[in-house]
Amino acid sequence: MDEGLKSELQKQGVFTTTLEEVYNWGRKNSVWPLQFGLACCAIEMIATSMARYDLARFGAEVFRPSPRQADLMIVAGTVTKKMAPQVVRLYNQMPEPKYVIAMGACAISGGPFKQGYNVLKGIDRYIPVDVHIPGCPPRPEALLHAFMTLQQKISDQELTGVNRPRHLNAELPSEFPVPAFGEHDLEPPNNPAVWQAPALTRA
Amino acid sequence: MSAIAEMPPKKFELLPKESGDGELLEVAMGPHHPSTHGVFRMDVALDGEHVVKLKPVFGYLHRNHEKIAEGTTYLSSMPYTDRLDYFCSLTNNWAYALAVEKLAGLQVPERAEFIRAVTAELTRLQNHACLIGFLTQDMGASGTPLMYAFREREKILDLFESLTGARMMCNYMRFGGCRCDLPDGWLAQAQKVVDETPKFIDEFERLLAENEILMARTQGVGKLSGELAINAGVTGPILRAAGVNYDLRKVDKYGIYERFEFKVPLGDHGDTYDRYMIRVLEMRESVKILQQALKSIPDGPIIDPKAKLRGFRPKVGEAYGRIEAPKGELGFYLISDGGPNPYRYRVRPPSFINLTVLEDMCVGQMIADVVIILGSVDIVLGEVDR
Amino acid sequence: METLEQIKSRIEAAVADVKLEIIPNDSPSAQRSLLVDREHGLAVAKFLRDDAALHLDYCSNATGVDWPAAELTEKFKVKKVVDGVEKEVEEVKKTLRPAYLEAVYHLYSMEKKHGPVIIRLRTENRADKNHLPSLTPVWRSCDLQEREIFDLFGIVFDGHPDLRRILMWDGFKDFPMRKDYVAPDDYEYEPTPHDEVLARAKAHQATEVKS
Repeated sequence: MDEGLKSELQKQGVFTTTLEEVYNWGRKNSVWPLQFGLACCAIEMIATSMARYDLARFGAEVFRPSPRQADLMIVAGTVTKKMAPQVVRLYNQMPEPKYVIAMGACAISGGPFKQGYNVLKGIDRYIPVDVHIPGCPPRPEALLHAFMTLQQKISDQELTGVNRPRHLNAELPSEFPVPAFGEHDLEPPNNPAVWQAPALTRA
Repeated sequence: MSAIAEMPPKKFELLPKESGDGELLEVAMGPHHPSTHGVFRMDVALDGEHVVKLKPVFGYLHRNHEKIAEGTTYLSSMPYTDRLDYFCSLTNNWAYALAVEKLAGLQVPERAEFIRAVTAELTRLQNHACLIGFLTQDMGASGTPLMYAFREREKILDLFESLTGARMMCNYMRFGGCRCDLPDGWLAQAQKVVDETPKFIDEFERLLAENEILMARTQGVGKLSGELAINAGVTGPILRAAGVNYDLRKVDKYGIYERFEFKVPLGDHGDTYDRYMIRVLEMRESVKILQQALKSIPDGPIIDPKAKLRGFRPKVGEAYGRIEAPKGELGFYLISDGGPNPYRYRVRPPSFINLTVLEDMCVGQMIADVVIILGSVDIVLGEVDR
Repeated sequence: METLEQIKSRIEAAVADVKLEIIPNDSPSAQRSLLVDREHGLAVAKFLRDDAALHLDYCSNATGVDWPAAELTEKFKVKKVVDGVEKEVEEVKKTLRPAYLEAVYHLYSMEKKHGPVIIRLRTENRADKNHLPSLTPVWRSCDLQEREIFDLFGIVFDGHPDLRRILMWDGFKDFPMRKDYVAPDDYEYEPTPHDEVLARAKAHQATEVKS
């Protein structure tokens, strides 16, 4: 709707909005995260939900233990190869629309433990990630910032058209294949539909 | 690596299928579960609601700390030790520094020893407070005690942040001392926090100690006998709750602990309530140590002048150093081959070995108590799986 | 506490045919250890636990160490008569260390509050003869730790009640803490890759983009 007309109407005491805005406004202010901590970052995640940082201000204090009731998965900590199938499975069990925040260096890329034989080098190898937070561990403020970034992303989503998000497009998958335990590594080591190695720009 | 003898290929079964006992129910608790102890799985066999068998499954946070440490220099492993038991990075630093100091024969200056003791006791305070919070959270007290504990923890984390620059991953100690001296006004601030702590402990105890639900859920639950605890290598508050007087601060007298007057609280039932109570009492003793230490910090250097940060190559040999971490005996075993990297680097994780007796504590209890018993063991998965 | 020599002679008196050797430790920690032969490992452990004077009731730490075959060079000075004059000449002695896996146990006494007594057990080699007696029947604290050694180093502990992988998954074939373990090849990326990282990174690039 035309912004000028909207503000003109507001001056007259008539408030207009669009269905999309109301819908997204509702969604972004009641994101329920999955109560799911992997490692060190989980403690900062808990600290964020406690009184001092108070995640409840953003309508996200309801940590749900069951993936069926959650909208947001905060991958807080190192994803090991032994844990990766479970993380993907939890993601698959969450209903659409669902979002993922990769919190901390380990969840992004393996972080300090990247060389480890049992460490997955980033959860984005198997599931799509919406917001990445660097840091080891990120401070609670960083998680709040990531959360606000996610809220912005939600409120910017269009409900119709070619750019509509995945959960409104029946052709796009909502579940991703769960990797299997191999003899030396996970099989496959990444999901090519989600992640490809970035091109080497310097030789 | 081809000629290794074949390992026993048998697949583990919690309940043998041929037994034909259809009465028992097998439940896999974890690795994702509602309690706040990280990615830890327990395979439980149930008869009705009673636990018949319990096998812990580890490895969901196995981050290859030891392998990485063997490929890097001694000092580069220091930040990794922060991430072992991520509640208590400073005691982890201390244990590792102690082992390397034994290996290389470094002397720690008096001021550094005081700073180490102060930070370690502050760490113990916040660890025990948070543990009690999580324990009650497992009991269904969703939030309130945990919020009290985290409020207190934030005060201590602020102290750590102003001293080391980081809230959780302090990376503060160095071989032969500490990384940097106390900033101006830190002591006064620490004194203020320590002076306020007894009030918090009183409040916390008033909230919980005689709470009827807590008593009903914990008294007589998860009993552990002293003999079994010793034989199974259990250390820390769980061992002392079982009535065994073994505190490395008194036994090894590492650091400067022999200069302080404090008591070692002991339990006499060895149940979950005792394990809860031991932590409250240990917090009070920590406050005593802090009060003594903060008043008598001497001036002086904070690092051994012989300590080399670059080109550190200890002589060939090995050393095992251990301290009383909040969760039990945290030890580091190092073998040096004269090179810049340790040849073998091993962490003796207290919470991993304390889990040896988890099955003994849980069998015969209700399924709902398993989570509470696990909570009272006080595990942190970063340390259990390393 | 008694010295390690005294403990050694008392074990030799108590356990028949046992072969013991004191492993020196020249580092400032001076924690020497006792190498026990495989056959008598369990008997020695029982003696150490039950002996009234030692009473090592607490096995704090059990861990594995991997020693692949290596050529050790030792430099020492010898006095020699060269051209009628006595001189100090440096000689290099080369010894071949056989390959073996080692399990190290740190023992303490909770009752007497002394320790540590360190005992080591060695396998015959790193490949097929990788068996050691389990000390779990003596100290239960070895239970999980021996499973971990089995998982990461591949030492098979005979007499362990429940020996299976603990940290890695069941189908895993390698022993990652061994010195010759090679992690599965993975995509490598650094902002400025060089040397072997560059070589490995290139192997993962389908088409190289130059900027």
